[in-house]
Parts: sequence; structure tokens; C-alpha cells
Amino acid sequence: MRLGLVIDLDTCVGCHGCAVACKQWNTSGTTGPLTDYRPYGRNPSGVWFNRIRHYEVGDYPNNKTINFPMSCMHCDDADCVTVCPTGASYKRKEDGIVLVDQDKCMGCNYCSWACPYGARELDREAGVMKKCTLCVDRIYDETLDEIDRKPACVITCPAHARYFGDFDDPNSEVSQLVRDRAGYKLMPEVGYNPTNTYLPPRLTRPIPTDDVRKDSLMTKVKDWTNKTITR
Amino acid sequence: MHPALSVIIFTVSSGAGYGLLMLLIGLHIFGFLPDMSENELLTGGIIGLGLVTFGLMSSTFHLANPKNAWRAFSRFRTSWLSREGLFAVLVYPFALLYLFGIWNSGVELNAFIQVTGFITIVLSLLTVFSTGMIYGCLKTIRQWNSALTPANYILLGLALGAMLLVALRVSFNGEVGLVASLTLVVLDIALIAKAIYYFWIRRVTGPTMNTATGFTRANVRLLDVGHTAGTFLTEEFGYIPAQGTVTLFKVLVFVLGFIVPGVIVFGMTGGDATSAMAWVALVSAFLGIGLERWLFFAEARHVVNLYHGAQNT
Ligand code: SF4
Ligand code: SF4
Repeated sequence: MRLGLVIDLDTCVGCHGCAVACKQWNTSGTTGPLTDYRPYGRNPSGVWFNRIRHYEVGDYPNNKTINFPMSCMHCDDADCVTVCPTGASYKRKEDGIVLVDQDKCMGCNYCSWACPYGARELDREAGVMKKCTLCVDRIYDETLDEIDRKPACVITCPAHARYFGDFDDPNSEVSQLVRDRAGYKLMPEVGYNPTNTYLPPRLTRPIPTDDVRKDSLMTKVKDWTNKTITR
Repeated sequence: MHPALSVIIFTVSSGAGYGLLMLLIGLHIFGFLPDMSENELLTGGIIGLGLVTFGLMSSTFHLANPKNAWRAFSRFRTSWLSREGLFAVLVYPFALLYLFGIWNSGVELNAFIQVTGFITIVLSLLTVFSTGMIYGCLKTIRQWNSALTPANYILLGLALGAMLLVALRVSFNGEVGLVASLTLVVLDIALIAKAIYYFWIRRVTGPTMNTATGFTRANVRLLDVGHTAGTFLTEEFGYIPAQGTVTLFKVLVFVLGFIVPGVIVFGMTGGDATSAMAWVALVSAFLGIGLERWLFFAEARHVVNLYHGAQNT
């Protein structure tokens, strides 16, 4: 088995819902807590397993906003595991999930240096490395209904941009999506063979911009006045 | 990369310590230091081990959870950090046996001193090589992912060790001519390797923001990083030194680290030396190599920065 996620960049709306659901579930999960620093202070920060960034691809008018969620890719050739001196980081044989044994980690940060995808974050309070567990404490929980045995991020996504499954099974939903939608991996040239796969945006008709109404002189004056007054 | 002081002190100090051990013991067991007294050898050995110990202790300050540090020896088969720790610890018994041999039977060479000394040299070399490989093996940082990295670590460790040896000889009124010539050779090779490294890292290669996001047929720009304040990733990897500082420090690396000590040591090759000369050269070399180590970290650009808006590393 090779468990992982498929993320659909076509439908992701960038709401950060997956990141929040992840934080909620995992802060009381096997590698919790996901410590917050200065949560109500001036510069709030903290540990997250999942982060969403936003990019502009292409140049106006042929441009597009792409929301980009990233978490651990559960790589096949995960150097984060090979470089770990204590054996705290390991990759499970049975399903390919990469985990950090919180009782063995010495907080040297070395694995985070080896990860190209920024998936590992040191918990400065606990002094140990934390990362996405693919909700290992959830996907195998037989007390949950079958439909709930999925990572929290996948269940919560309102745009259905996240899929979870076995990439070794050619008939799984994730494998089919990757085939049908030309799924791709990030930064293949560093050679980590990530499991998580991204679906590119679908081709769509460009939205015409040449008929956009030009502002009248009156609107321009109004806009200018409004801007000046708020300053 | 964020240049952590504890790691800079660790690599410079332990590198110098291993360099001194290698050169001192090497010259001794192969008979190049016939006039060296027992006291001088023991002092040199203790200084070497002292610097190594100081460096290793400093390295544990950057661990967030040092109580698990003992586990770091367990992944010897895959991790260079683990290998480095193991070799570093293995040096101690052999170095101490060698020093015990000298303390017990004097500077006369015998099989015991030669064997323990030789093993100390090999293990010291392996330790410094492993230190370099900790950085050299990372595919995520192109400025480190090169054979030049371990080569630089070994050469600069030897250069500092050689400077220490010169100072030792001068303090004990020993014959400095040979040691000074050797130091000059090591400094020159180290200087050339460092210069090659600085030229080599100037050429931008490797992943770009396009390959990082997979959009390779259009321009990609960051609109929003998605976090309000800094994160672990920006604190650890986001450090960018000012270009002026980099240039100034590079000049200082060459002047303080190589040229000043080189000129002074060149003046000693005839055999005349004062302790003031030796000290100025030593302090200058340590300052220069300290700045070199700062630059080594500060100039390293991790590929995760591509996700935070950098177009290339
Ligand atoms: S994404 Fe990073 S942390 Fe996850 S397996 Fe790959 S290298 Fe390791
Ligand atoms: S921080 Fe912990 S998990 Fe990461 S390399 Fe160090 S000991 Fe291993």
C-alpha cells in the first residue's frame, strides 16, 4: 500500500479549511499538540502540518490565481528519514506513511533541512519535530464509520479538492484521477518521489477583457476623492 | 539558512581541534618532530581534545531536546550526522591512549604510540569528513550539495590546526621552519578550494519556482504566503544576508583567514618567530574562518524558499 493525497488545483478555492481541520484534529492526536506561539499577540505563529499558499500563474490577461495546499508528500525516497540520526523519523513499510516518533526525536532540525517541501516544523515548546501523519490515528480507527476513516483535511474540504487513497492500487479513486487528469508531482528533479500528486487546472475558455468598460471621468474623480479622504 | 552561532562555533572549534590532532600526531609518529618534548606533545594533544570537546558541547546547544542526544548514534548506517557523532566519540579513547603512551614512556616512538596515534588520525579525518557530508549530502541546498563541502571542511580544519601547531612550537621554543612551511602549503590549498567554491556557487542552477509548483510554461509569482507572521520555515530558512555584508565578509575571509596568517607564517619559514607573530596569525585565522563559516550558512538557500516567493535559489 502507498497511501497519500491527490490535490485538485482546479477546484481549490484557498479557504484554508483543510489546514484548520488538520490543526483541530491533530492537536489532540498522536503527535499533538500543535503548539501556538503568541496566539493573541502581535505576531501569532505556531506549528501547522498543512499550509496553503497562493500564486499567480501567467501574465495578465492570461493569468490565473492558483491556491496551493502543501503538507507532507510521504515521499518514496524520503531523505528526511535517511538523514535522521536518532531513528525518530521512519517510513512505514505497510502503507508508506512517514512519521516522527516523538519519544526519540532530539530536535536537531536536520530532517527539516532535508525536506524540499517544507513539511516539517519544529515545535519550539515541545522541542521535537512534527509533521503530517496522514491522520494515521483516524484512517485505521474501526470505531469510526467507514466514510469517516479519511484524513481530516479530505473530509472537510468544501470544494472537494482533496482525495485520499492507495496509489499502489491502479483502480483506486486517486490512481484514476491521476491518470485522467494528468496528475503531477512537485519538484521531481530533487528525486524524492513524493506520493502526493497535484491535478493541474482544467483548460477553460479565457474570460474576455476587451469589453471591460473604461472608467468615466466622473468615476475617476470620485475614486480619487475617496482614496484621498480615507488617507 | 539561519546561521546558528552554536553550529558555527562547533564546526570551527572541533575542526581546528581535529586538524591539530591530525598534524601533531602525524608529524610525530612519522618522525618529523625529533626535537619535540613530552610536555609540548601532551599540551598540544590536550589543546586539540579541548577544542574538540568545546565544539561538540556547543553543538548540543542547538538541539531542542538534548535529553535524546544519546540516540543520535543509532542510525550509523544511513545518517552522516550519526556517523559524525560516532567517529567523534571513538576518537577519544584512541587519542587518550596515545597521550597516555607518551606520558608513560616519553616521546620515543614505539608500536603502541604509532598504532594508537595512527588510528586517532584516521578517525579524526573521518569525523571532519562526516561533518562536511552532513551538509554536502543535502539535495535541498545547492550551495552545499557538492564534493567541495567536505573538502573545504577538511582543508580549513587542517589550516586552523596548522596555525595552532605553529603557535605551539613557538611557545615551546621549538624549531618552526618545517611546521611553518607545511602550514603555508595547507593554507594555499585551502585558499584555492575556497575560491573555487565561491565561484562555483555563483552559478544559479537547480529547481525554480516553476518546477516547485509544476507550472513550467508560464511565469509564477507569489500572491500570498498564507501566514500572518513568521513560521518555523521562514525563521530557519528565510534568512537572507545583505549583499554588502556578504561581499565585505568574503574579502575579510581571504584577508584574515588566509593572507594575514599566510604572510606571517611565510616570515617564519626561515626559522625565526616571535610569539607575537604566532598569536596575531592564529587569532586572525580563527576570525577569518569563523566568518567563512557564517557565510557558509548565510549564503545557503534552501529550496523551500521557492514556495515563499524566491524564483530560484
Ligand atoms: S514531504 Fe518532506 S517530510 Fe514528507 S516524506 Fe517527503 S521529504 Fe519527508
Ligand atoms: S529533528 Fe528529530 S526527527 Fe528530525 S532528524 Fe533530528 S532527531 Fe530525527
